[in-house]
Amino acid sequence: MSVTFSVNGKSVTADVPDDMPLLWVLRDVLDLKGTKFGCGGGYCGACTVHINGVTARSCQRPVSRVAGAEVTTIEGLSADGTHPLQVAWQDVDVPQCGYCQAGQIMSAAALLKRTPKPSDEDIDTAMSGNLCRCATYLRIRQAIHTAAGQIATQAGQAKSGSQE
Amino acid sequence: MTTPTKPVSRREFLRASSIVGGGLLLASYIDLADASSAFAQTPLASAPEFAPNAFIRMTPDGIVTIVAKNPEIGQGVKTMLPMLIADELDVDWKTVRIEQAKLDDRYEEQWAGGSTATPINYTPMRRVGAAARAMLVAAAAQTWGVSESECTTVGGAVRHTPSGRELRYTQLLDKAATITPPALDKVTLKDPKDFRVIGTRVPGVDNQAIVTGKPLYGIDVTVPGMLYATYVKCPVFAGKVASANVDAVKREPGIRSAFVVDGGTELTGLLGGVAIVGESWWATQQARKKLQVTWHEGATAGQSTARFAEQAHAMSQQAPQKMLRADGDVDRALKSATKVLTSAYYYPFLPHATLEPMNTTASYKDGKLEIWSPTQTPKDGREEVAKTLGIPESDITVHITRSGGGFGRRLMNDYMIEAAWISKQVGAPVKLLWTREDDIQHDFYRPAGWHFFSAGLDKSGKPVAFRNHFVTFGEKGDKGDHAVRAADINQLEFPGRFVPNFALGTSLIMPFGIPTGWLRAPGSNGIAFAMQSFIDELAVLAGKDPLQFRLDLLDSVQPGATFNTERADFNAERMRGVLQLVAEKSDWVQRSKTLPKGTGLGVAFYFSHRGYFAEVVQATVSKEGRVAVDKVWVAGDVGAQVINPSNAENQVQGSVIDGISEALGQEITFENGRVVQTNFNTVPLVRMRQAPPTIEVHWRTTDYPVTGIGEPALPPAPPALCNAIHAAIGKRIRSLPISKHDLRWS
Repeated sequence: MSVTFSVNGKSVTADVPDDMPLLWVLRDVLDLKGTKFGCGGGYCGACTVHINGVTARSCQRPVSRVAGAEVTTIEGLSADGTHPLQVAWQDVDVPQCGYCQAGQIMSAAALLKRTPKPSDEDIDTAMSGNLCRCATYLRIRQAIHTAAGQIATQAGQAKSGSQE
Repeated sequence: MTTPTKPVSRREFLRASSIVGGGLLLASYIDLADASSAFAQTPLASAPEFAPNAFIRMTPDGIVTIVAKNPEIGQGVKTMLPMLIADELDVDWKTVRIEQAKLDDRYEEQWAGGSTATPINYTPMRRVGAAARAMLVAAAAQTWGVSESECTTVGGAVRHTPSGRELRYTQLLDKAATITPPALDKVTLKDPKDFRVIGTRVPGVDNQAIVTGKPLYGIDVTVPGMLYATYVKCPVFAGKVASANVDAVKREPGIRSAFVVDGGTELTGLLGGVAIVGESWWATQQARKKLQVTWHEGATAGQSTARFAEQAHAMSQQAPQKMLRADGDVDRALKSATKVLTSAYYYPFLPHATLEPMNTTASYKDGKLEIWSPTQTPKDGREEVAKTLGIPESDITVHITRSGGGFGRRLMNDYMIEAAWISKQVGAPVKLLWTREDDIQHDFYRPAGWHFFSAGLDKSGKPVAFRNHFVTFGEKGDKGDHAVRAADINQLEFPGRFVPNFALGTSLIMPFGIPTGWLRAPGSNGIAFAMQSFIDELAVLAGKDPLQFRLDLLDSVQPGATFNTERADFNAERMRGVLQLVAEKSDWVQRSKTLPKGTGLGVAFYFSHRGYFAEVVQATVSKEGRVAVDKVWVAGDVGAQVINPSNAENQVQGSVIDGISEALGQEITFENGRVVQTNFNTVPLVRMRQAPPTIEVHWRTTDYPVTGIGEPALPPAPPALCNAIHAAIGKRIRSLPISKHDLRWS
């Protein structure tokens, strides 16, 4: 069957079986390789994307259930790779093997939308669904704080700019 | 901030705004992310270029392309090896582009394992850079008509010191290309005080591609006309297919082929199974659900973890089958000792569980084979594929992709052989991808081990006798029975040579038949737990501070003990150094006195992969028995230089958490010859909420050769944690994982 939905702001139509998980539609049909396969069981979070702004395990989501939805993947998190989390991840030099990091960043992006200045506890709660086999957890925490500070600074500048 | 490598031409990946009809529409050929560097052989800019050797290309636009020869598995080698070249070449890191090498015999050693990239390559890679620099200096000196000795280099330029004249490297490329390259062993290397890249914090060269989701890994490879494959093996290792309903499977939607592979008996090679090939990987997974196989399970179908434990304990009642070391008279010393302690330790089988499941893309056409594989040992893989398929190695091209974790799993190339075999059978390019369950159940496991210890202390609390009967797994070999892969122990194992009466013997459980392999810090990752926990027990028995007890033990080198300083052998002075450093940084003496019940400090040290590491863990055990790691202090000695401090700290912190993760909850068990565990629900890796808030990493710089950091920080972590649990609540952990123990207290 054919399913139409939006990926990173563009409408796509995929002619695939109903029960094909979104992960495989993204990777093997739409050729968006940034979303990773790690376990196929919803345990590791490597396949995390946003569906209508909320984090979802794309390996657990049949594509028929995203019909009409807005899907955002790591490729669409920012137009040019400059989302504060993407910048912070590089500044802090977070990755080792890097395989989980797209999923980590997508989970972190959803966290910062809900909670712009997260505590360590907020981060632990939001991020514990994402495994990092290399265990870069300390740097992930640090990078999220760095990005949160960056967003707050930008917001402050925008605000003071609008008052002038 | 920008990464040191310039992003290569950006691609619009979402070209599928109107994918209609035709089922799965495969994209056209996709280069991997830095493909214009990674897999292309064309220079990044037009000639003239200066390519003094197989590692360096310099072009007039100022770009310096440096080839990273080894597989990147997350250990940072794709950044580190080029740093060595760039520093000696004396170029600004911002002008450097990295190109991943294919498997190419010109690069000789191209593999990832054993924390060897640094000791093997530290000097040779520097020489590669220094040789090119010497040619540029010679070109400038000729241009000016001056002596080379009057010239120096400064960040991409040659300077004539007396006159202050400068020529950029870019102005010298033509002339440098005419200079005869110097012999690599004759070039002058920098004084380390002049390093400008080595010793600085250089972020990973693929970071930008990683955080923007560019295809980089083996699983991301796509080639024209590619099909997808699933390979189903017998749950009992090396079992063979008796019958399978492949004709029914072939009729499933999207399936192009399904066939039985006989396979052999060598556990590292092609094993029997059923290949399912289709137009999408998802289709092959759906078809797999319809597959019905009857297996010839073979001889190992009776193996179980419970049976192994029975065998080990029975062996512990007998003398060791083989003595590796026997100093003095342990029996007599035990009899005359003031205090005697006997303890048995056990650690389980472990998986590797790299986050990127095993995969390889192979394309067999007209007798030639092209392979894209996340492998740690591409050369071994090529050799095994050639042997299995019966084609010459010269007809095989191997592209080395980035690996989503290695940890030793990808030292084996079983999945590469499978992909090659399947591609040849179907006559089309094939991407083979394993499920997580395939990965957990067809790994090369860290072998379990049992250590049966006895030790005696004299009146002063000093160890005078130490016996270890190590029970492990064996197999028959040309020269008799021997331990299986990653299951042996070295006769130089500490505290051999530090206790006057010392005996180390082994016994082998046979027959075995389960695949084992090297897991990050192989051998050490289990032995350290047993040794450093038992030494902790001895310290408690002696009534001594566990850290001081270890320092005293390191001071007691026995008369006549020999240490081989030419090869990697234990150096007590270096270990004392890191132990003292970690004591100081953790404020061990004061802190250990002031912690409340339920919170404790544990210490352990270990020497592996040429590196010296001592670690202190502070852990808290709740009354309900939950363990939390509050903080970890690490002191390491990897010689004269930490090449990339950012990556080194990341590796150490990751190693510590990896060790904690293994200790807390991981094990692989067998029933009826099958692995019981299936996925991350039964292989619990540490998650962020369990990771310690802080892991301090401190380096002790010494005058010794520079060595690697991928592994040696791991082994002390499990025993330091277990010793901290003992300090917290008085319960001694003598078997892993910790999750099997009831740690409630009141």
